Amino acid sequence: MAARVRALETILTQKGLIDPAAIDAIVETYETKVGPRNGARVVAKAWSDASFADWLRTDATAAIASLGYTGRQGEHMEAVFNTPDTHNLVVCTLCSCYPWSVLGLPPVWYKAPAYRSRAVIDPRGVLAEFGVTLPADTRVRVWDSTAELRYLVVPERPAGTEDLDEERLADLVTRDSMIGTGLARSPEAA
Amino acid sequence: MPDAGAVAAGPVPAEPVFAEPWQAQAFAMVVALQEAGLFAWDEWAETLSRELHRAEADPHGHDYYEHWVAALGALLAAKGIAGDAEVDALQAAWERAAHATPHGTPIVLENDPEMATRNG
Repeated sequence: MAARVRALETILTQKGLIDPAAIDAIVETYETKVGPRNGARVVAKAWSDASFADWLRTDATAAIASLGYTGRQGEHMEAVFNTPDTHNLVVCTLCSCYPWSVLGLPPVWYKAPAYRSRAVIDPRGVLAEFGVTLPADTRVRVWDSTAELRYLVVPERPAGTEDLDEERLADLVTRDSMIGTGLARSPEAA
Repeated sequence: MPDAGAVAAGPVPAEPVFAEPWQAQAFAMVVALQEAGLFAWDEWAETLSRELHRAEADPHGHDYYEHWVAALGALLAAKGIAGDAEVDALQAAWERAAHATPHGTPIVLENDPEMATRNG
């Protein structure tokens, strides 16, 4: 596979369609600079700042961009808020659309056919495999991402976090909690 | 569902972003081509989806980037930028070059013995 990728890269470079230096820069960005910490900061700000939370609810693309996280593909973002009544779970049944700007690249299981098909058919079963058990009367909403619209789950703020600042709150926000396959950590567990 | 150990507990995922360097290169090429306007992102998503939905796809997604590369090839062929035969030939040249390159030195296409013969 490495030789095939080199072949494609050679052709595209010769035709002037890509610049190897730009390719290296993109790799570096995704390996080191973009990751779920971005999303964790968005969530922590929404927990601490009610007006930011409102903005995130009504125009997630702009609210997230205000923190410097903008999508390369011009995709729109929607933030879905967990409540005691509703738990949100994100999937891409088509392929692997994912909110790169706030979560980095998706984990292997997110891209797997098993997750992509079962998250829709049996979301509670999937959640159980991730160790998430919800009260029976909690509704699970599954959001199917597209190339144009990506979702960020805002998990519920854990109890006992009233005194924490945004940086400490962000430490509690896991990647999985922003996909919906996990919950935010409690301060004791962090 | 998740492979054992694949579920990251902390805010920073434990697993590397890319398992092998070629995956990173393939990923970045698609991002660069889309930014250059060669195709729209929904067009890419459709092509990738077709590859991912083939019957032989690994249910655990470990062959994801192989499908990614196949989708890129299909899209370049459809756009008349590079046909399969051209890519196959160049891939074979890179494989010969890799064979002919001493361990520990960077592989360059010029190390392909057939190319060296051709060029004289």
